[in-house]
Amino acid sequence: MAKVTRRKMIQTGLAAGAFLTATRCSSAPKGTPNNPATGPEVNTNQSKEVTLRFIGTGVSQINEIRDKAQEDLGFKLDMRALSTEENNQIAITQPGQYDIFDGEYFSLPLVVPSGNLQALDISRIKNWDKIVPFFTTGKFKGMPVENSQGTTPFTVMYLTGPDSTEFSPTPTDYATLVPFQYNADTLGYRPDLTGRQIESWSALFDEEFKGKTSILDIPQIGIMDAAMVAEAAGLMTFADKGNMTKKEIDQITEILKEQKRNGQFRAFWKTFDESVNLMTSGEVILQSMWSPAVTAVRAKEIECIYAPLKEGYRGWGGGIGLSQNLEGMALDAAYEYMNWMLDGWVGSFLGRQGYYSAVPETAKEYMTPEEWAYWYEGEPAASDIVDPFGNTLEKAGAVRDGGSFEERFGNIVVWNSTMDENTYLVQKWNEFIAS
Amino acid sequence: MSKLKALRPYFLVAPQTIVLLIFLVLPIVLIGVVSFWEFNGYSMTPAFTLDNYRGVLTSSVTLDTYLNTFKYVVLVWAVCLAMAFPVAYFLSFCIDNPRLQVILFLICTIPFWTSNIIRMIAWIPVLGREGLVNQALTGLGLVETPVAWLLYSDFAVVVGLVYLYAFFMIAPIFNSLMRIDRRLITAAQDMGASGFQILKEVILPLAAPGISIGSIFVVTLVMGEFITVRLMGGGQSASVGKLINTQIGSLQYPLAAANAVVLLAVTLLLVVLILRTVDVRKEM
Repeated sequence: MAKVTRRKMIQTGLAAGAFLTATRCSSAPKGTPNNPATGPEVNTNQSKEVTLRFIGTGVSQINEIRDKAQEDLGFKLDMRALSTEENNQIAITQPGQYDIFDGEYFSLPLVVPSGNLQALDISRIKNWDKIVPFFTTGKFKGMPVENSQGTTPFTVMYLTGPDSTEFSPTPTDYATLVPFQYNADTLGYRPDLTGRQIESWSALFDEEFKGKTSILDIPQIGIMDAAMVAEAAGLMTFADKGNMTKKEIDQITEILKEQKRNGQFRAFWKTFDESVNLMTSGEVILQSMWSPAVTAVRAKEIECIYAPLKEGYRGWGGGIGLSQNLEGMALDAAYEYMNWMLDGWVGSFLGRQGYYSAVPETAKEYMTPEEWAYWYEGEPAASDIVDPFGNTLEKAGAVRDGGSFEERFGNIVVWNSTMDENTYLVQKWNEFIAS
Repeated sequence: MSKLKALRPYFLVAPQTIVLLIFLVLPIVLIGVVSFWEFNGYSMTPAFTLDNYRGVLTSSVTLDTYLNTFKYVVLVWAVCLAMAFPVAYFLSFCIDNPRLQVILFLICTIPFWTSNIIRMIAWIPVLGREGLVNQALTGLGLVETPVAWLLYSDFAVVVGLVYLYAFFMIAPIFNSLMRIDRRLITAAQDMGASGFQILKEVILPLAAPGISIGSIFVVTLVMGEFITVRLMGGGQSASVGKLINTQIGSLQYPLAAANAVVLLAVTLLLVVLILRTVDVRKEM
């Protein structure tokens, strides 16, 4: 709001006032509370006319967040839940369809060159300095995540200038996305059916689980899991898992094809629900999984562990960015939303689902000490753990799989990636699926 | 005035023609155009390159995928026909009450009442490791360990597709059978033909147009299938439609377009082959 001049304020205020008067007068009798005086009130509420259109994936487009934001901020949000693929497609090919892009960092090497996002002016983000430093500086207490491979958020966080579509390797004043939610992903398993603890990614290719494992069928994510497994099993090594050479892609595809031929996999999944169904039905007992899917399996009172593995985690992170077509009042509203998002309420909401917030310290203020201790500190739950939708996730005494935020996030070794050889990767992935 | 009269039929077909031009012909032309464009990871640029077709036609994946798709087409077509003919025969010749005929015919449409999501979930308790079929098999002592290939296999894909598309075979065959002049059958009986002879010499030839129309439906539908193949095959089975779907998902539109053009050509070829065996128009 700081940049709105007085003159403009009066102009738009008057226009909005005139509009309000016109519409209100036609619908409500004069002099009733439904037909309030114009003037000062209109000036403060001018952004009420704004509707911000979001696109994002199902895990981020949450009605409760939308409702709370509308209540707190006064303008309208319109959220569209899409699959990861559709989300990128629309972001790149239909810029007129959205105001705010809510997507993953790994999609940025594809989305940013399209020129459909505008650079974020970091000076307008109040809590930027409080964001987990890994996102803003690439540092995290000297833990393994600092050397993680793949499309790490930090490498695609900054742009070289306000109108640039080039990533800057060092911090600038212009950013691509404000981090929204992120997590450390790993394998999920049914301890009742595996009969033992899973400690390494290599278990996915273990003979004893033949025909009972699954991997996800989204090339850019599935390949990372496959690479973790192949490396852990000692089948091959990579110079950089996050940016494989053609030769490495050939080799990993061969390994996957062989595993498929031997009947190692039960199925491949593409959507969240599919992975939940596979696990609850017992068709699959060990698979790559997303954390809310593990929660969904547990909600059906089926034991499911999100395994902390010795090789580390595969990280993913999403954030929100501005569409190129945002300007004026709508742009102000978008920044207002971003600041609200980092203010803590959203962080606590995400925290109760098992995701991490970009600014944990503000989220902490909105969480009970017991919740904070369970989700972030890795302490045993002092009371029952309830998610934001009212489902009891864990009984008192339970400990989060993998432990504290530091233990989990700090041990991310690889991120979802868009590689230089992305086209080739998709082609080879299709070959694997068709084999 | 008479000139206007002569134009009248054209006015009548105009709306349909315009709709088809805009929503069918134009998109197909666009797909054809895009299939010659260049692309990188995030955008496509107008150009004239044969690289996409070269990629499609020289890749071993394409051949494997087409062979796999043909396998589904042949299996699904054969099973659909084997199922649909007796059902249609029963409906048209064994049920005399027209109302009952309609009710039974409508029952055949039940598979359309459910969505893909429902189907995806519903087949697990039937065909899954702990599903009904496996419980029955182990309960009867026929197998010791549950049969895994019932679900997420080619078998499952064929079951899923037959379940979905058998009706497209039943309806046209039923239609053909209903049009058969019953006096022809009486005449054949009078001439001393046996039941099998009547079926072979009278009913089957007259049902041929229905069979070929049904075949066109089933073949074209299965050629383009991707969602059933993915859900029933557990993502492990390949079909041309699924291949295109993955390419679209990865923003490789020109490659997907080239694949779609090839698929269209192959499917049209199959339709022509079917139409050459039976002259649908003449026998209708």
